[in-house]
Amino acid sequence: MSMAALRRLLLLAYTALVFAFIFAPIVSTIVFSFNADRFPSLPWGGFSLQWYEAIFADATIQRGLTNSLVVAGATCIIATFLGFSAAYVDYRYRFLGKSVYLALAALPPTVPVVILGVALLTFEGRVGLSGTLQGIIVGHVVLSTPFAMALVRMRLADLDPDIERAAWNLGASPWATMFGVIVPFCLPAILAALFLTAAVSFDEFMIAWFVSGVNETLPVRVLAMLQGQVSPRINAIGAIVFGVSITLIVLAQLLLGRLSGRAARRKG
Amino acid sequence: MATPMIELDRVAKHYGGQAAVADVSFTIDKGEFIALMGPSGCGKTTTLRMIAGLDQPSSGEIRLWGRRLNEDAPWERDAPLVWQSYALFPFLSVRKNVEFGLKQRRLPAPERRKKAEEWMERLGIAGFAERGIDQLSGGQRQRVALARALALEPEMLLLDEPLSALDPHLRVRMQSELVRLHRELGITFICVTHSHSEAFAMADRVVIMNEGRIQQIGAPREIHRRAANRFVAEFVGGNNLFTGTARVEANGAIALESPVGTVHAPAPSEGGPASGTTATLVVPADRIELASAGTGTGNEVTARVVTVEFVGTTVTVFLETEGGGELRAQRSLHEIENTPLAVGQPVVARWSPSQGFFLPG
Repeated sequence: MSMAALRRLLLLAYTALVFAFIFAPIVSTIVFSFNADRFPSLPWGGFSLQWYEAIFADATIQRGLTNSLVVAGATCIIATFLGFSAAYVDYRYRFLGKSVYLALAALPPTVPVVILGVALLTFEGRVGLSGTLQGIIVGHVVLSTPFAMALVRMRLADLDPDIERAAWNLGASPWATMFGVIVPFCLPAILAALFLTAAVSFDEFMIAWFVSGVNETLPVRVLAMLQGQVSPRINAIGAIVFGVSITLIVLAQLLLGRLSGRAARRKG
Repeated sequence: MATPMIELDRVAKHYGGQAAVADVSFTIDKGEFIALMGPSGCGKTTTLRMIAGLDQPSSGEIRLWGRRLNEDAPWERDAPLVWQSYALFPFLSVRKNVEFGLKQRRLPAPERRKKAEEWMERLGIAGFAERGIDQLSGGQRQRVALARALALEPEMLLLDEPLSALDPHLRVRMQSELVRLHRELGITFICVTHSHSEAFAMADRVVIMNEGRIQQIGAPREIHRRAANRFVAEFVGGNNLFTGTARVEANGAIALESPVGTVHAPAPSEGGPASGTTATLVVPADRIELASAGTGTGNEVTARVVTVEFVGTTVTVFLETEGGGELRAQRSLHEIENTPLAVGQPVVARWSPSQGFFLPG
């Protein structure tokens, strides 16, 4: 075997190991969610859907899932709207303090979520939002808007400033230009932002844990269950949460991949 | 006097402390093909953008049929622009691009479609109406940009360097097509270009600008034969400029002691140079003939060939006199077939005195 082939083989093996390390816990969660045995041990006790049946029969889990979906749905719409607006302001206008504006807009994900959670808890306690779904939505919007803004900004960076003026020149008012040119141009980024912010919200634990009170989201419910007992039902929930999140993120990636592919073709 | 279609009245545009357009006044009549020409940074594009409403004049007034236009928003004006970058909508098909302006006017879909079809047909792009913009060549994009603007059936069309992004062979074709469209449509064309050959080939009148000011306005022939100042004479190219001391002769003609020797030209009808003053004589290069021997009449300068440049069927011959004076002659290829033009060879450059003119003092 030549050196080059050996090196290639080692590299492949190394890469496979890294992926195995990352995905082993997830894969084992999914595998054991279908295990008939009470305890996650090998050999497998046989295929079963009983844990899925159990979680769908459990009212607290159902409520948690509903809450999570409501929060993720509301968060993704509000965060994408705000992120788009913030990105458009950055694209369209020059003003004093713009770098401060951008820094502030990008700040929330850099704050440790524990701090963000505590801060939201005290603040929302004062304005009467704590313990409500709206309270969780506010927290998730704060956390995920910067991601939406980053995606839309990336897209707008590819928009020739003449195009907006060309629309005006052809008789389109600024509003008509917004909905006839800017939004359609940004649509792939807007969809990606919707999926990504939904995924961020659906997974988020810390803020939800601080703020949710009795309105637990799914991740909060899972932790509560774990504290009581180790049940294979956790595996089933984990598999579902993973499935939803990975779907959203893959969708977002596909949209973005199409975008960057097109940009590369245009430059080439 | 009838109201001109477009009037620019002492228009200026400042960016910060910089004047992009310092003080510009001119009028455009209905149906004219006007070229705004000048080197980059001369203010020609800013002037065009002010007509479109994309830039606001800092002072002065722009009028359309006598009505002040300054405060009209760009979307309220009927002045579609063909952009240098085309600025087509990348997420729309060719058809939707052409329909865009009509849609803004709330034209019902069937009429919109019919009009778009008509203009796509006219500009030869009907064959790829459903294609996306990124599947088109540069020349096709240019046609989409034209169709998109003309579908509005405006009374004026603004063009910003419409040919600069095209390949040379396409450029010539598009140039004659623009002239044809202008003639057929009878609407006003205002075209910005830095190329004097484009401007002179297409426009009825050319506005030459430099450093935010108009240097000369006139028909191409007029500008070529009577440049208003040194900038214009040099910018339009193809001119010899001889600067020297003037002497008024007995018959009223003027003799100029120039670096190429003593040359003669008729005195201008007014404001000619006085004896002993410095004057500049312009002799278009295409008016200078080359011969192997002089005839003793007109202006004759003996000089050596320095370079011979072939551009298509035109030949530019650069010459240098004994005294170091430089001049150039532009002839078509067939005219000099029999004149030997080896580098270093002495030839006689000759032109009739009436072909030269003095720049206004």
